[in-house]
Amino acid sequence: MKSIILKTASTYLLPLLLLFAVFILLRGHYNPGGGFVGGLIASIAFVLHAFAHGLVETKKMLRFVPSACIPVGLAISLISGFVPMAIGRPFMSGEWLSVQVPIIGSIGTPLFFDIGVFLVVIGITLTILFTISDGIL
Amino acid sequence: MELLLLILIGVFYATGIFMMLRRSMVKLLIGIILLGNGANLLIFLLGGITRGKPPIIPEAEKALTGAYADPVPQALILTAIVISFGLQSFAIVLLKRVHVLIQSDDLNDLNTPDTSI
Amino acid sequence: MLIAVLLGFVFAPLWNLLGRWIKGSFSWLPALLPAGLFLYFASLYPVTQNGPLLTSTPWIPSMGVNLDFRLDGLSLLFALLITGIGTGVFIYASYYLKGHRHLDRFFAYISFFMASMLGVVLADNLLLLIIFWELTSISSYFLIGFDHEAAKSRRNALQALVITGLGGFLLLAGFVLIGTVAESFSIAQLLGTAGSLQNHPLYGWMLALVCAGAFTKSAQFPFHFWLPGAMAAPTPVSAYLHSATMVKAGVYLLARFTPMLGGTDYWQYTLISFGGITMLYSAFHAMHRKDLKEILAYSTVAALGMLVFLLGIGTQQALLAAGVFILTHALYKATLFLVAGMLDHETGTRHIEKLRGLRKVMWPVAIAGGIAALSSAGVPLTYGFIGKDLIYDATLKAINWPWVLTAVALVTNILVLYAGFQAGIRPFTGPLPDHHRTLHLPNARLWLPACVLALLCLAFGILPALTNGLAGAVASAIANTPVDAHLAIWHGFNTVLALSGLTLLAGFLLYGWFAPPEGKLQQRWEHLSPESLYRKAGQGFTWFAGKYTRLLHNGNLRSYVFSIITFIILLLGTKILTGVHLYFDRRAVVGGLRLYDVVIFVVTLAAIWKSISTNSRITAVASLGVVGYCICLLFVIYSAPDLAMTQFTIDTLTVVLFVLVLFRLPRFLRINDKLWQDGILAALFGGLISLIALGALNEPTTKETSEFYAENAYLLAKGKNIVNVMLVDFRGFDTMIEITVLSIAALGVYSLMKLRISSDNKE
Repeated sequence: MKSIILKTASTYLLPLLLLFAVFILLRGHYNPGGGFVGGLIASIAFVLHAFAHGLVETKKMLRFVPSACIPVGLAISLISGFVPMAIGRPFMSGEWLSVQVPIIGSIGTPLFFDIGVFLVVIGITLTILFTISDGIL
Repeated sequence: MELLLLILIGVFYATGIFMMLRRSMVKLLIGIILLGNGANLLIFLLGGITRGKPPIIPEAEKALTGAYADPVPQALILTAIVISFGLQSFAIVLLKRVHVLIQSDDLNDLNTPDTSI
Repeated sequence: MLIAVLLGFVFAPLWNLLGRWIKGSFSWLPALLPAGLFLYFASLYPVTQNGPLLTSTPWIPSMGVNLDFRLDGLSLLFALLITGIGTGVFIYASYYLKGHRHLDRFFAYISFFMASMLGVVLADNLLLLIIFWELTSISSYFLIGFDHEAAKSRRNALQALVITGLGGFLLLAGFVLIGTVAESFSIAQLLGTAGSLQNHPLYGWMLALVCAGAFTKSAQFPFHFWLPGAMAAPTPVSAYLHSATMVKAGVYLLARFTPMLGGTDYWQYTLISFGGITMLYSAFHAMHRKDLKEILAYSTVAALGMLVFLLGIGTQQALLAAGVFILTHALYKATLFLVAGMLDHETGTRHIEKLRGLRKVMWPVAIAGGIAALSSAGVPLTYGFIGKDLIYDATLKAINWPWVLTAVALVTNILVLYAGFQAGIRPFTGPLPDHHRTLHLPNARLWLPACVLALLCLAFGILPALTNGLAGAVASAIANTPVDAHLAIWHGFNTVLALSGLTLLAGFLLYGWFAPPEGKLQQRWEHLSPESLYRKAGQGFTWFAGKYTRLLHNGNLRSYVFSIITFIILLLGTKILTGVHLYFDRRAVVGGLRLYDVVIFVVTLAAIWKSISTNSRITAVASLGVVGYCICLLFVIYSAPDLAMTQFTIDTLTVVLFVLVLFRLPRFLRINDKLWQDGILAALFGGLISLIALGALNEPTTKETSEFYAENAYLLAKGKNIVNVMLVDFRGFDTMIEITVLSIAALGVYSLMKLRISSDNKE
């Protein structure tokens, strides 16, 4: 499957797809999208890269083990749940800053929660796929 | 349209169970996937289906008004889809592992030592 | 009072922590606990003379369960017995089990047991009572099975637990029933409205359930056999559990419920017949046993029968007799058990034929045993005489058939006398065998408690007026009306005295002239005894479980799925056919059909068919992909863009996953047996699900939840995509759990794959 066209295409597609994934993640609160879909799209980007260049290349390019995303994402989600408690609100109640940002809207704890979900989904999907395809690609 | 979906759900369930009852482990896996799809559709249908009114609040308004698709089953199904991906990948790996261990794809060879009580 | 009850629970683990000292020279230390409690309860004696002492500590106020305790005459008697005899047993055990490697554990168990027992007799709340009740069952399980290395010990402990546990379960049901009917779980309130329960339509059930609890605990026929079995415990345990505490809990319960449930014909007949049968049956058995502890066990059962019998008669005299007899029996039976334990400890045998003439080597033990035996016989100047007098007085003044009841009591008393003499006098009389000449008097910590108890038998016997107050308080508490007690040795020449004399005469003659052959009775009727029936029931249960498991839990996944689905079809099918009105609203169900709907439908069906019928794995996977994308299209059409996106990406990833592992997966097995059977079942199931979906579709649904989310998504959560808002905000906790589950799945996949590699290495 290591055709030159695919290789070249995936090199350019990877950053584009990742950008798209982040875009989907951030717009999730107002339009279709969100952490789950964003994470899945990002993983598809990496899988595509692995198809074109081989798993070893992808892993080298990633520079970190994908499973490391899982605890990081879980921690972000959990912390975003605990932040409201610091100002005396119940666990996981939403809190927002008053600043308005284009695309994202207002920045608040649910956004960070979604980012945590995003990271966890990337970590999980890549861990599963890379583990299973170890030695094939 | 509900009628077609009803039939489709029945077919999903029937084929899912049928595949789960096969002796081949890979077919068991296919059965689980079909059953999962059937369950998702069932929840989707029972929440009521609406054409072209996604549960997204329009730009200018602050609340949804009029007819709109029910967001609750959608949230449930979204969770279910992602979870079933986890389940499927785990099942595939488990299946591979069993296959390596017992060198057989036949579920009838999988009897646990429970029979020797 | 709360502290007094809980102290035992606090100290139980403490003994374990102090294990090294307790096993060393501080083994007397735990005895301070019951001794202190005894003094505490004794100091409360004057207070209870003026009516019950009530304390309350909130525990679960919302359910009406508080740590309520009451101390009236009845509770006080039991509390004094529990702590008083407890003190003796603690001291005794500290020497009896000296050097045992689990001595600390023993004290922990027995302290725990003592505390639970105190809880039972002091609780003023039915639910609290049942909690302590079960705690006594559990702690006695550990005590009976203390020699856990012996199979017999374990089996008998389990037997006791099963029987008393069953009773406890029924008792709980009875308490819930009573509590629901009376709208209160408080004993004080129940006593206040005493008399209302007897006329309730469910009275029969209440009576049956409470009796079941009491009879199993107090070893009434046919549940009596766990008590002789429990003799596998070390003797201090037997002395404690079976003289004064555990088995008397059932009697306590019946006495406590006398004002609430008693006074009816049912109550009388049930208690009199069970008590009567029990006392005759076990007194007769006691006569035929040769093992010291077995004799005592059966005579204990007989005494318990007597108590139930007296409670059943229910007149004031009978209740007074019961109160006095509880004390009498506890005193002499504990002494006899302690004596039996000493004999066993010193000579190494409990067979009464082998124990003769021991008075020459251990005279204090002989005196204690002798007094206890005389007390159990009811010889004048012992406390037993007072008890026996009152019993005859009660039976003679019973409302129905006084002479029959008196005769039953007479026969039992004669047989109990025989058993008491066998255990308390016979081992000390006659010539001393040569091999026992080397014996010497055991440590004072062994014989002193027995002697003190025996002295009490004597002291109360000579001066019965000492116990007037207590006996009166007990009888008043049972009867729920004031009862005066005037205990005296001499009542003049009357029928009661004649009966006492007759008992003694017949008993002495029997003891002198009759020696039943050993074991004959047991062998002939063994297979019909309740104990062997219980064993057979246990074996039958195991057999049934084995068959059942082999039939349904056979390890074959297909048959599991098959039976589960068959069951679901039968269950739901019956309901659908009989109870649900299905109708087909043509407009709602078929309306608005478009061409692309039909196209998607047909394509999906074709893809499903391909995926199940093909023999090529790659075709099957591709078809599954098509199925997924079709569902994705459905989501797009029916206003679920988030779902469509997720389904699309997940479907892609699933196909990738399959393709990656496909060539490592086994080929399809070409065996296709049971095709028709499975096909029909699957078709039935699918059809059923469709019907259920149709039925559910026709039901009007409430959309309150959805409306709440739709209205508040922007106002409360500042988001416009409601599905996403629900996932990350409203139902964020679910999502949190979900990603955790997914992480676990990923870890599982990872470790399973790595496991494969390591096992490959091994191969």
